[in-house]
Amino acid sequence: MKLTHIIPLVSLATAVYAAPQSFDFKDPKGVNNAVFKLDAPLESINGSASGVTGTVSFDPENPAATTGKIVIAAESLTVPNPMQKEHLHSANWLDVTKYPEITFEAKSLANVKTEANATTADATGTFTLHGVSKEITVPIKLTYLKDKLSARVPNLKGDLLVIRANFTINREDFNIQKGQYEDKVSPTIDLSLSIAGAAVTQADVSATK
Amino acid sequence: MKKSLRILALLAVAVTAITWIATGADRGWTKTSKDIKTLDEVTGIEGITHKPTFIAGVDFLALGFGGAVVLFGASFIFRKPSNKPNTNQTQTKHKPNQQLNQPLNHKQKI
Repeated sequence: MKLTHIIPLVSLATAVYAAPQSFDFKDPKGVNNAVFKLDAPLESINGSASGVTGTVSFDPENPAATTGKIVIAAESLTVPNPMQKEHLHSANWLDVTKYPEITFEAKSLANVKTEANATTADATGTFTLHGVSKEITVPIKLTYLKDKLSARVPNLKGDLLVIRANFTINREDFNIQKGQYEDKVSPTIDLSLSIAGAAVTQADVSATK
Repeated sequence: MKKSLRILALLAVAVTAITWIATGADRGWTKTSKDIKTLDEVTGIEGITHKPTFIAGVDFLALGFGGAVVLFGASFIFRKPSNKPNTNQTQTKHKPNQQLNQPLNHKQKI
């Protein structure tokens, strides 16, 4: 094979290798979750959501270029008290029938710091809740776990990307009972996201066939 | 009926208190599930599963005790059935007392 033929092949292979990977956050293990906490007089309202999906484009060589969208099914939000859950899903609060998705679409990263396989950054993007979209910046931590997918899902080989984020939103910014029940339910909501996405490598997909 | 309602009220208090204590004496709201956290060793994420569990809260206590108060209060609606004593007999019984009292009063006056 002539050198003129090899060079394009090598450059193509390098380009494929260096291309950002797409991580799918639909977790077959059901571990991905978002936790929310609101202060209330008797006890804080602690709940979680498990219906996490979405994709994130991540390049281990260039974490600063990370973009993506995480979607949480509003219906999957749950609290231990059945009456509170009913209220939470109702038209007066989240109105999950009308607004079935809570999303965060990351557009850019700032203050990116990478150490070993972990990257911390401030992600700026659009957070949509209760039909209201608002641009927010949240501190995130990305952990890239190369070739660890098979450890979670047998017969699949690939990489994992773990995203963690802790931030606070104000329910009034999203027209959720604006100015109402502030003595009963805090207007601020603490959110904590712990999710893992998988990028199945092309070679491994063929291996599983 | 009066006695039955009072026994029911007592039972309601007992059952409520025992259930509340037995399910952990939780001072928050009643819960029908409990979060179980499991660590995913590969990713380090704590997954949350919801185990159906009844945990009685203060609202359960209030409901139970409130019900007991209502039952106890309702018991006062029902009067104790009277034996309908003979009015003549009672009068004859009281007469001697009155007669006994009269001389005493008379003595006091003296």
